[in-house]
Amino acid sequence: MASRYRRLAVPLITASFLALATACGSGGGGGDTAATGAAQPAEKVKLTVGLFGDFGFKPLYEEYKKTHPNIEIVENVTQFNDHHNNLVKRLATNAGAGDVEAVEVGYISTFTAQPAKFTDLKQYGLDKRQSDYLDWKWQQGLSKDGQQVLGLGTDVGGLAMCYRKDLFKKAGLPTDRTEVGALWPAWEQYIETGKKFAAANVAGAKFVDAPGEIFRAMVNQAPVGLYDAQDQIIVASNPDVKKAWDLSNQLTQAGLTAKLAAFSPPWNTGFAKGSFATIICPAWMTGFIQEQAKDASGKWDIAPVPGGSGNSGGSHLMIPKQSKHPKEAAELIDFLTSKDNQAKVFKEEGTFPSIPALYDDPSIQNFTKPFFGDAPIGKIYSEAAKSLKPQHLGPKEADLRVVIGDGLGRVEQGKQTPDQAWAQVLEDVKKIK
Amino acid sequence: MTSLPLAVSRRRRRGVRHTLDMRVSPYAYVAPFFLLFCAFGLFPLIYTAWVSLHEWTLLSDEHAFVGLDNFSTLLADGYFWNATFNTLSIGVLSTVPQLLLAIWLGHLLNRRLRLQTLFRISLLLPNVTSVVAVVVIFSQLFGRDFGMINWVLSWFGAGSIDWAAGTATSHIALSTMIMWRWTGYNALIFLAAMQAVPRELYEAATIDGASNFTQLRKITIPMIRPTIIFVVIVSTIGAMQIIAEPLLFGASTGGAGGGAASGGPDRQFQTLALFVYEQGFTKFDFGYASAASWLMFLVVVVVAGINYLLSRRVKGGLT
Repeated sequence: MASRYRRLAVPLITASFLALATACGSGGGGGDTAATGAAQPAEKVKLTVGLFGDFGFKPLYEEYKKTHPNIEIVENVTQFNDHHNNLVKRLATNAGAGDVEAVEVGYISTFTAQPAKFTDLKQYGLDKRQSDYLDWKWQQGLSKDGQQVLGLGTDVGGLAMCYRKDLFKKAGLPTDRTEVGALWPAWEQYIETGKKFAAANVAGAKFVDAPGEIFRAMVNQAPVGLYDAQDQIIVASNPDVKKAWDLSNQLTQAGLTAKLAAFSPPWNTGFAKGSFATIICPAWMTGFIQEQAKDASGKWDIAPVPGGSGNSGGSHLMIPKQSKHPKEAAELIDFLTSKDNQAKVFKEEGTFPSIPALYDDPSIQNFTKPFFGDAPIGKIYSEAAKSLKPQHLGPKEADLRVVIGDGLGRVEQGKQTPDQAWAQVLEDVKKIK
Repeated sequence: MTSLPLAVSRRRRRGVRHTLDMRVSPYAYVAPFFLLFCAFGLFPLIYTAWVSLHEWTLLSDEHAFVGLDNFSTLLADGYFWNATFNTLSIGVLSTVPQLLLAIWLGHLLNRRLRLQTLFRISLLLPNVTSVVAVVVIFSQLFGRDFGMINWVLSWFGAGSIDWAAGTATSHIALSTMIMWRWTGYNALIFLAAMQAVPRELYEAATIDGASNFTQLRKITIPMIRPTIIFVVIVSTIGAMQIIAEPLLFGASTGGAGGGAASGGPDRQFQTLALFVYEQGFTKFDFGYASAASWLMFLVVVVVAGINYLLSRRVKGGLT
């Protein structure tokens, strides 16, 4: 009997140890398996990187591991809204955040307003990177008092307009990118062009995906957006916001939109089916298009955006205080945002560097992409980034965008007139504290 | 000689142990449930009430006591009432046809059939499917441009319906998903109850020339009344708590730019539970969310109570 028990006991005990070990390994979230490697000269360190969408970092990790064999990198990708909401929760509860977390500009002020929750990158000497960066991009990553460096920029979202050459041709519109750009110096002409496109009745295609991202771009082109410099919400009083609202709704009311909310599954399908002829194209959008519209290689092209330059999107990398390996994480951030690597990521993924020294670099200036009909995307986005007028962003930027986006959606779904929707938007805005 | 008192005391001790065993051990057996219930049911319930009396957000460590302010704001909040209406509407649209269908299915399966077990098991299949899979697939079926349902409707000349956009259409779409998952499950519960109804009653009725439908109405339904009451209450409570379906439906039909938790740009399919989620976990206003969940609890109690009274009126026994 005893021996039979023993025979049973060994695998049982092994199994429970294994279970324990895996529990420790996965339960940490922040990831700390350092203890096992304590005896070795270089301590094994696992770094978790929390992102929303593909940042094109994967090849860089491999490269990094060659010079840092003790570093293991785990990437957690979640959806845009979830990613930032989860980060808020994890900071508040002091558990579960990664070692490196990406933060989009819509949320950057939310997080830089809580400097106690993040590691000051100055501690690890990253303030030396200031001279590399676009000044406004650098400023966005600082704490409110400007004393701490909380995030290092990855990309900026200089604006352009992507369009389908084949659909333009069917509608009898010009297809050459300079001619297309000449069609719409301002948004009013963009809408007029849209009406011409609609009049041509191209089967299965609308002029634009949805008004939401267009609205965002128009607000971003204004000198002042949803917040004033004192962090007061000025949605109700800023005439530029109202103008952007009106123009966006004109698109809807002229029947020019495909009613496909950005980043939704039907929107993805819309790319594949060619359901819309134009889409607002911050640099990072080119990566999306390439991924979603795989069969449409050569059909897309890029023209200048109506209404002048602006920035839409772009991110920073930050280190939550709860990270157990801030030093290693800081080194990784330094690597991922380095001049060379930002250039590499741009060529692969389309996200445009926030390092101005690259803008005149011939390898960027002369960079073209066959997918976009060999459009000189390096040149287009360099010009866009150079002429950018930075805009002050407030802490609840993303929440305001949701509320206004819902308003545009109500008009699009025919639930309300633009005036009714605007009244409700202003009510909702008041509730955002 | 010494063995006698020892035996007595042993017997006495065994007597004490026996009474202890009889008196205490039942409590020990039910204790795990009640401990878990206190930790994960009762405590959160009371703590939520406490939180609801405060201005309590995740982002600040100060929790100011505000009394019933959250509740009065909530009662004046149009979005809360909108969510209440949506919940009731989806609840009625999903529960009523679902239970009727379930009784009918149970009745059909209560006869002698070939492959009886196969049919009975397959009833349960939709219920074991993950809710995420169900909603993602149904969202595609209900898609506006390339959805299968619109494609079929187009044969009959119907234009393409934007299911997620309309209030009624989105409620129908969501109710379909809920019915898909729960009809079979309820049918099985009804079937179990139906099997306890004596066969002779049906035989006698058949001899008397009662039709199948009359037998269902006059024999089956009165005889399974307690089960009907049970199923009605449980389904009502379930319907009042719908959250996963509208949340995922919102995420997979668009409106992601508008945040999936609002249940469409016009909040056309935001249920109460989703409203609580939106306040608590996207706006981090825990005080307000707690107040909302308490009111939601009251709504559930009231609606379940009304349904209990209504379903009790189903005549019991045979008259």
